[in-house]
Amino acid sequence: MTAPAAEFDNTFVVDLSQFQGPLDLLLGLIRDEKVDIYDIPISRIADQFLARISTLGLDQAADYLEMAARLLRIKAQLLLPRNEHDEAWEDPRAELVRRLLEYQQMREVVDVLEKLAEERRARFARAYIPPSGAEPPPSPLALSLAELLSAIDRVLRVAKDPAVHDVIPRALDVDGAIATVRGVLLLQERARWRDVVRQGAERWEILSALLALLELARRGELKLKQANPFANVFITRESPGQAA
Amino acid sequence: MNPLAKLLEAALFSSARPVPKEELAALDPESSPAAVQSALDELRETYDNNGHGVELVELGEGWQILTRPEYTEAIERAQLAVRPHRLSAAALESLAIIAYRQPIGRAEIEEIRGVNVGGVLKSLHERGLIDVTGRGEGIGRPLLYGTTPLFLEQFALRHLEELPRADELAVALRSEPKPI
Repeated sequence: MTAPAAEFDNTFVVDLSQFQGPLDLLLGLIRDEKVDIYDIPISRIADQFLARISTLGLDQAADYLEMAARLLRIKAQLLLPRNEHDEAWEDPRAELVRRLLEYQQMREVVDVLEKLAEERRARFARAYIPPSGAEPPPSPLALSLAELLSAIDRVLRVAKDPAVHDVIPRALDVDGAIATVRGVLLLQERARWRDVVRQGAERWEILSALLALLELARRGELKLKQANPFANVFITRESPGQAA
Repeated sequence: MNPLAKLLEAALFSSARPVPKEELAALDPESSPAAVQSALDELRETYDNNGHGVELVELGEGWQILTRPEYTEAIERAQLAVRPHRLSAAALESLAIIAYRQPIGRAEIEEIRGVNVGGVLKSLHERGLIDVTGRGEGIGRPLLYGTTPLFLEQFALRHLEELPRADELAVALRSEPKPI
């Protein structure tokens, strides 16, 4: 409870956070009022209970409000007139008393557990594991130096020498190939692919010759003809005068 | 010390958790259960009588070597080990109810404590002190909770029967649990 609340509420100054819920608060009231738990003056206790929870925020109030409603119901039931000789009558407080006793008994067990836990907390076990639930570190490797060295040896023997590719730039010689093609066409009007590309030519020579033929065809110096894919390529001189 | 006691000492020293007697007996198939027990007694007496910083304790359904309480503060000050956090009062209340009434559903725990216990059950479960042990009858087949071996270990109990019986408590109570 905050200080300003205490100013206008001088009857009860109580911090509900110290209670573990409505049953705990009720037991506290019964203790403070020094009343018999088997003969609870419900009216008085209910009023006190309501007064003490009046400062509660909505979020914490639900559990307490339920108990408050229960107390008021019992209070109302006790006010109902009844036949003195009605043997079936059951004290409406009985269920509450049972719950209070049950709660009290549980609190007694809590004391026992608290003591046990405190004793155990004062001792460390051999292999301490952080309570955070973090994974324990992996166990150390069981490996001797000799085993490690022989493993390295095995790997080196199995591993092949890496294949190293040297990339050598080789420029195409299109101009040279153009000169070759022109030379061939000077001697003969018609030529074939193998007349301009020598047997066993390097890839760059083949490419150069192809580009030279295409270039000359574009300039109109020759005509290329291929009947089908992969068939022979026929090269025909177009304008002999120009070529010369 | 006899050879079996030394073997048990080494095994207990290497284990991160209490070691059940059956597992200790498996270390040496030649030894009878009685021999294992007397070796354990011998080890415990050696620690007790010869002034050791550790002791042999029976807990959590097994045996474990633990440091003696008088050294806890120094060990913690040197940050060699940290004590686990204390449980909150709310967690202890719920744990007490579960320990006595297991298997028990959340609704019954809330009935006894008079408050919502969802968050508390989650944190007890995260700390490994309780586990889901089954499902109850009734609407939605509620999860039923029970305590774990770690609970026994952290409360230095050998078994649940070591907790005071209900009729030994100062507050008398109905004997049979109410159906949920």
